[in-house]
Amino acid sequence: MNRMLSRFLRNRGALVGGTVVLLFILAALAAPVLAPYDPFKTSFLAIRHPPSAAYLLGTDELGRDILSRMLYGARASLLAGVVSVSIAASIGIPIGLMAGFYGGLVDGIISRVTDALLAIPFLILAIALAAFLGPSLTNAMVAIGLSAMPIFARLTRGQVMSVKAEDYVEGARAIGLPNRWIILRYILPNALPPVLIQASLTIATAIIAEASLSFLGLGQQPPNPSWGSMLNTAKNYMTQAPWMSISPGLAIFLVVLGFNLLGDGLRDAFDPREE
Amino acid sequence: MFAIIGRRLLVAIPTVILVSMLVFSLQKLLPGDPIATIAGEERDPQVIAYLHQKYHLDDPIPVQYIAWVGQIVQGDLGVSLRTDEPVLSLIAQKLPVTIELALFAMTFALCIGIPMGILAAVRKDTWIDTAATVIALSGLSVPNFWLGIMLILLVSVKFGLLPASGFVPPSQNLWLNIQTIIMPAFVLGNALAASITRHTRAAMVGVLRSDYIRTARAKGLRGRVVVLKHALRNALIPIVTIATLLFGELLGGAVLTEQVFTIPGFGKLIVDAVFNRDYAVVQGVVLCTAVGFIVMNLAADVLYTIINPRLRHA
Repeated sequence: MNRMLSRFLRNRGALVGGTVVLLFILAALAAPVLAPYDPFKTSFLAIRHPPSAAYLLGTDELGRDILSRMLYGARASLLAGVVSVSIAASIGIPIGLMAGFYGGLVDGIISRVTDALLAIPFLILAIALAAFLGPSLTNAMVAIGLSAMPIFARLTRGQVMSVKAEDYVEGARAIGLPNRWIILRYILPNALPPVLIQASLTIATAIIAEASLSFLGLGQQPPNPSWGSMLNTAKNYMTQAPWMSISPGLAIFLVVLGFNLLGDGLRDAFDPREE
Repeated sequence: MFAIIGRRLLVAIPTVILVSMLVFSLQKLLPGDPIATIAGEERDPQVIAYLHQKYHLDDPIPVQYIAWVGQIVQGDLGVSLRTDEPVLSLIAQKLPVTIELALFAMTFALCIGIPMGILAAVRKDTWIDTAATVIALSGLSVPNFWLGIMLILLVSVKFGLLPASGFVPPSQNLWLNIQTIIMPAFVLGNALAASITRHTRAAMVGVLRSDYIRTARAKGLRGRVVVLKHALRNALIPIVTIATLLFGELLGGAVLTEQVFTIPGFGKLIVDAVFNRDYAVVQGVVLCTAVGFIVMNLAADVLYTIINPRLRHA
């Protein structure tokens, strides 16, 4: 563990990524303190003002401060990333565990169902689910979580099948330990680390997916701020107010890059080939 | 080899059946009554009853599913509830647009991704490798709809070099077609190029460590010959199959790109259908996309079996 931590700390990209993510999390948590204006307050006199000393990132089509909406929008995006992945992992990991551990018909059925879910492109499945559930941030998170679930199921299944073949698991079986004990004490602790690393990378995908759904009008609904919905509005004012398009997209890019760097760093640190 | 292909086909069939069940059940759960939308504001009960009968909406769900599968097998994907046009006809109109976009995007991705990946692998652990890795990671991280908006602002609004939106079919005007497809193809291919760069780099790094590469170098062969003639040929095997798989994902990525650039393709068709509760179109589009994805996966498996000599005689 110390070696892995040391490898992680030596990876500059991972440290930069982690710092970026941490800054965004802190900004989101401190939004009520950091935001200079009420993100919902409209002002007819401040409609589509360019960036200035009074409005650092400018204002939108209703005169709302973009910086304040960005800070509150960070909450929606980060929450969407974490909650979606939590939903995906909490359903996918047990399903993958059952498929990998029991094998046979159980594995066959679960694998065919996950293959079928993976056959529908992620975003199209998320759009269809979000449309069925109704447009809202909560429903978008559920839709993304359900769409990402097969990835965790498949990954967990592979890890469990690999760990199941280890000598210590065979030994545990040989001395008559019950299946539940073997799964909880031997298989899960050894199968989970790569899955958790994948979770950090999937957070990045989930943040982009939430932004995409909000951009299409299926995620966070107005007047609640979200980076994706801000871009949805901004595209209608590209010539009159180009600043409306820049900041939300840049924020999505930076936070996703941060999570990707962090995830890559974790994967490299835990890669046994690096030992 | 044929045994492997046969096995893949056998696995694909239940997957297609399960996909059809998922697609059928998905559209059944869409909110709102589409018949109420078509019947209009007056909501004449007789009209609603007629429409329910016309679209078999009063039958039990399993009966509806079997009737639907029977129609699919005969090439009938149903009729758009909004425009009364056959869904297959709508897909036939829109799909070529998305396929053209996807082909351009893939071409761009391969032309950028493979050379960048080779360069990063050959110059591993240098600033070139770091730069290529950062560019690739940035490409994966940038949301494609935002990239599209930024490109429109820069290329179309500020410099007026290319049209901001719309699509001109190649049969109408080839030059205008290319002008309208360049930016969307770049946006769609951007993440793909990043992915191909990373996979190419990983494959090349692995191959360059091989004994036969060391032998080739020891024989005094020039670096370029070693990389392009010996290493790349073997590294391309996984890259080609990954590119085939990624082509299927392009169809999903096209949804946002077509929205930003107002391209009347497959992706825009499904978004409009979802918002209009046109469930027949949603069914047809999602099913076609999923079946296309399964076919691309199968093609990738077959290609891998053909290209990899070790599997050819398995």
